[in-house]
Amino acid sequence: MSAPARTVVEYGYGGNERLVMNMGPQHPSAHGVFRMILTLEGETIVDVDPVIGYLHRCHEKLGETLTYVQYPSIASKTDYVSAMTAELCYVRAAEQLGQIEVPTRAQWLRVLVAELQRVASHCLWLGTWCMDMGGALGGGATMFLYCFREREMILDLFEALTGARLLYGFHQVGGTRYDIPAGWADKVRETVAHIEGRLPEYEALLEGNTIFLVRTQGVGVISRELAQEVGVSGPLLRGSGFAHDLRRVDPYSSYEAFAFDVPVETSGDCFARYRVRMQEFRQAIRIVRQALDGLPTGPISSRPGVKSIGQVKLPKGEAYTRVESPRGEVGIYLVSDGSTKPYRMKWRGASFSNLAVAGHILPGHKIADAVAILGSIDPVFGEVDR
Amino acid sequence: MTQLLWLVGPPFLLLNGVLIIVTYLTLLERKFAARLQSRVGPYEVGRPHGWLQPIADAVKLLLKEDIVPAAADRPVYNLAPIVFLVPAFLMYAAIPFAQGWALADLDIGLVFVLAVSSLEVVGLFMCGWGSNNKYALLSAMRAVNQIISYEVPFILVALVPVVLTGSLRLSTIVDAQHGLLGWFVFYPVLGQFAFVAFVIVALASENRIPFDIVEAESELVAGFRVEYSGMKFALIQLAEFVHLFGVACLGTLLFLGGWLGPGPAALGPVWFVLKSLVLFLVIIWVRWSFIRIRVDQILALSWKLFLPASIALLLAAGAIVAAGGGPGA
Repeated sequence: MSAPARTVVEYGYGGNERLVMNMGPQHPSAHGVFRMILTLEGETIVDVDPVIGYLHRCHEKLGETLTYVQYPSIASKTDYVSAMTAELCYVRAAEQLGQIEVPTRAQWLRVLVAELQRVASHCLWLGTWCMDMGGALGGGATMFLYCFREREMILDLFEALTGARLLYGFHQVGGTRYDIPAGWADKVRETVAHIEGRLPEYEALLEGNTIFLVRTQGVGVISRELAQEVGVSGPLLRGSGFAHDLRRVDPYSSYEAFAFDVPVETSGDCFARYRVRMQEFRQAIRIVRQALDGLPTGPISSRPGVKSIGQVKLPKGEAYTRVESPRGEVGIYLVSDGSTKPYRMKWRGASFSNLAVAGHILPGHKIADAVAILGSIDPVFGEVDR
Repeated sequence: MTQLLWLVGPPFLLLNGVLIIVTYLTLLERKFAARLQSRVGPYEVGRPHGWLQPIADAVKLLLKEDIVPAAADRPVYNLAPIVFLVPAFLMYAAIPFAQGWALADLDIGLVFVLAVSSLEVVGLFMCGWGSNNKYALLSAMRAVNQIISYEVPFILVALVPVVLTGSLRLSTIVDAQHGLLGWFVFYPVLGQFAFVAFVIVALASENRIPFDIVEAESELVAGFRVEYSGMKFALIQLAEFVHLFGVACLGTLLFLGGWLGPGPAALGPVWFVLKSLVLFLVIIWVRWSFIRIRVDQILALSWKLFLPASIALLLAAGAIVAAGGGPGA
């Protein structure tokens, strides 16, 4: 079973004049700095040459030069839309290397912030995706601002928790750096209830709109085979019929203690990915509620708080850990030489693997579909280029 | 001398009146969109509610550097904004704002308005072609595709009131809408269908969301005007708004009873502008709530749905008149 290699689709209409058009890296729907060199026949894409690397910041090298205490705050800069899960992945790799126990309270706090982050990240995805299809001066912008209004509430919560709004430095090797402040849990409950109440409004606004349906249904279909072949993960994989969620198949950080469903859609198109993420909103909120209800007491870290940058020293060895970020499987491979810094770090970005599918599904679609498909893949270029 | 004044005065007043209205339409749209998106909109420039914002925008655009791309087809590129703007203003020449308040209340007023209105596509294509930019070119191709497809149903729907009244003179069409519920939009069944069809088709022929694939900033950056800057950009923006308000005026004349309304006849122009503003607001309401539709879907919609539907409406109007059931009867 192998997916077809990138094929150039031949269209037989007269003239056969092709136009090569450069889209990005500076483009309103480049989602950062993605560049596509499109070969067009009329409006139809016959070939696409994706170019990445405009946001490369040497993260893997940076990981070798910073200590286990320093790097978690930098790890959040890979996937800056979901900083909490990026940090989590790094500290888990370090903990696995050093066989460091994490107190239950810290594990539950990690789940709590990871799921809040998932809601915030999906808010950003929904807003930007609608803006791709609806235009910055139209209904898309309206949806975008609604979503950002909700995302803002979660960022406020994170600000109260960590003092930062985007890149948190919440995790540390052995646990978390901060405990929840007084009254924070009630605010979280209010916020998630508010967002849960808004979700049906979004669904009514989008799914009740025939234009939205014709723009997303049957567009950008990722077949089961292609999804497997390319190695996509997260909502893309679940939209193509695989009930694969690391929180379920390879539970970490006490996820096995939580009750949640893994939403799956089978059609594999943009609409399926949209439905999966809309369900994930609700499941994430469900997990947040459980985490708040059952938050165990106890210490938040098995190690003392940060005093010096060299205080974590891990034994020689190597470890690979993976977490389910809002975009899919994020993995970190860490090699330690026994010092305070890793010898080598390899980062598997979910967006990078997901974006690889674009070259397979874009040909044959119109330009307008290209931006809709790209938006439904939800790449974050900090994570693609690292 | 007086004769010259009479020759120049009314067009001068009309042009400037339209300009002022259209300038403030931009502010109205921005405030309206802001409320829709739970924002405040322009506020600081000219408190309260940013009433100086349109002026500030115009001044800013006037002061911007005027860049002509090196590869552009200069004559076409420079001429295009004017070719785009002039027909938009010409529409107002034949639009009566009240009984007898028209520069030229032509016998074929409707035909004239529709004809100059569709000249827009020439300027638009010149913009796209002259820029020598692939985004602009694609946008211009889309524009020609779309405007030509939608002009046909647009004209057919606009003909429904003509068939009902038996006149192409816009003031006669308005006069036929006298009385309570006399407006064509209240004409049983046919009126509502024709009005809805008119608004949708007007949206499409005006390239407004959900049919704004010509501009499509998330795909084609800014479409045909991607290379324009400074005053030329301002002219293009202005032309679009002038044109849009012109179509709203046309809709008011054809379906909403023009200047007819309660109160003395002197209030006619006020009623007319108010109704046009409401129609304009409906158009921007749609704009800020819908997402964009794809180019092939737009064309399919035109030829497969709107064209047959508008022909059916026209035939229905004809049948009513033939049966002696016109509004005058």
